[in-house]
Amino acid sequence: MSVPRYWREEVPRYRLQGKKCKACGAKYFPARPVCTCGSTEFGEYKLSETGEVVTWTVIRNPPMGYEKYKPYMVGLIELDDGIKILSQVVDVDPEEVSAGLKVEAVFRKVKEDGKEGIIQYGYKFRPVVE
Amino acid sequence: MKTLRQVGIVGYGAYVPMYRLKASEVNRVWGGVGAPVEEKSVVALDEDTVTISVECAKQAVKRSKINPADIGAVYVGTESKPYAVKPSGTIVAEAIGATPNVSTADYEFACKAGTEAMQNCIGLVGSGMYKYAMAIGADTAQGKPADALEYTAACGGAAYIFAERSSETIAYVEASYSYVTDTPDFWRRAKQMYPRHGNRFTGAPAYFKHIIGAGKALLDEAGYKPEDFNWAVFHQPNVKFPINVSRMLGFTLDQINPGLVAGNVGNTYAGSTPVGLAAILDMAEPGDRIFAVSYGSGAGSDAFIFTVQDAIEDKRGGPKLSSYIERKKYVDYSTYLRHRGQIIQ
Repeated sequence: MSVPRYWREEVPRYRLQGKKCKACGAKYFPARPVCTCGSTEFGEYKLSETGEVVTWTVIRNPPMGYEKYKPYMVGLIELDDGIKILSQVVDVDPEEVSAGLKVEAVFRKVKEDGKEGIIQYGYKFRPVVE
Repeated sequence: MKTLRQVGIVGYGAYVPMYRLKASEVNRVWGGVGAPVEEKSVVALDEDTVTISVECAKQAVKRSKINPADIGAVYVGTESKPYAVKPSGTIVAEAIGATPNVSTADYEFACKAGTEAMQNCIGLVGSGMYKYAMAIGADTAQGKPADALEYTAACGGAAYIFAERSSETIAYVEASYSYVTDTPDFWRRAKQMYPRHGNRFTGAPAYFKHIIGAGKALLDEAGYKPEDFNWAVFHQPNVKFPINVSRMLGFTLDQINPGLVAGNVGNTYAGSTPVGLAAILDMAEPGDRIFAVSYGSGAGSDAFIFTVQDAIEDKRGGPKLSSYIERKKYVDYSTYLRHRGQIIQ
């Protein structure tokens, strides 16, 4: 990811910050410029930081830049506010994951642009710590 | 030292990563005998000082019930910055929603960088300059393979938000003190991967001299004796040093036990005293008085007296530090090296 793009997406990636259509109330994450209802008026919407795993997969042959983390899991998470997002699931072994596993958002390193480039941070999910 | 207006803690958070390396595993690889701790925390592959700081900061904001946009300062004390040049504090401030009307900086003073940040936040809030100021002590400490520090160099951190003392603060600062000399007991030169230390020189002229110097000065200034405190926490590079220094100052094992977590966590460096203080706040009762003294090589100590307030009952929700300490997964030595990025590829 380019440095300018990373910078543009910091707030949504750091804070799980989405948009809500002012006309019909549809919620978007990531944000989009036009709603399906045709409106271009959006307000801020903070996504829930807890939810549960719907389904998941284990990545053993990762794309370039993610080799360091393999094997890692990517899950479809249904947040408590009903929004579904894709995210890495961490702090858990693949055999410990199941549908319905309660998870919470954490702030983690996502990728490093080599040893000289920027460190990209963002959200991931882990089993809820109580 | 006392501020012009009284200052208190309005929120705190502490975090320890879930992976653990047993000291016996270090001994298995390097042929050692005995160890200064039982086990130490190890970062996940995707964790560093910034992610640990954000974890603590988010918990502190949540517990404080304040608007993060009202935080005027975010200071991160650490000796393991992910970037050599680029402040960790900016990332933390952005992640918690404190930007852009905020002051941030990274503080460096070995293991007392976190309490140095606390001392500064207390001064800034005490002067009326900021409504809220956040200090974080966090580290992913470097221990050279086969060195004595490899048993203990661990990771973790804690965050504290300071505000003017009110019914909303969970503990107020009665007084604080700083004590510093130029003592070369431990250092890491620029671009070097690992620190060097002076072995036994790190004891009497370094750790003990500065903690006792700061501790006695603060007790004298405040007019208290050790028995006037319910709890105490001292920098914990291992288990033995804080026990010995507490005895030298006149504190008992019962006073330091709740905050003594090094045996199962290791030395979290800039996080050490702040993490121990968090463990005490997790169980303290309103009215309890806490004595805290950090130590940072180089060298110096910051000492604090806190008195716990009623609001603590309502502002320590969510996982306690013990939840993070008990949530653990053991790794072998080679996995530890991988997590630490010490395997050449």
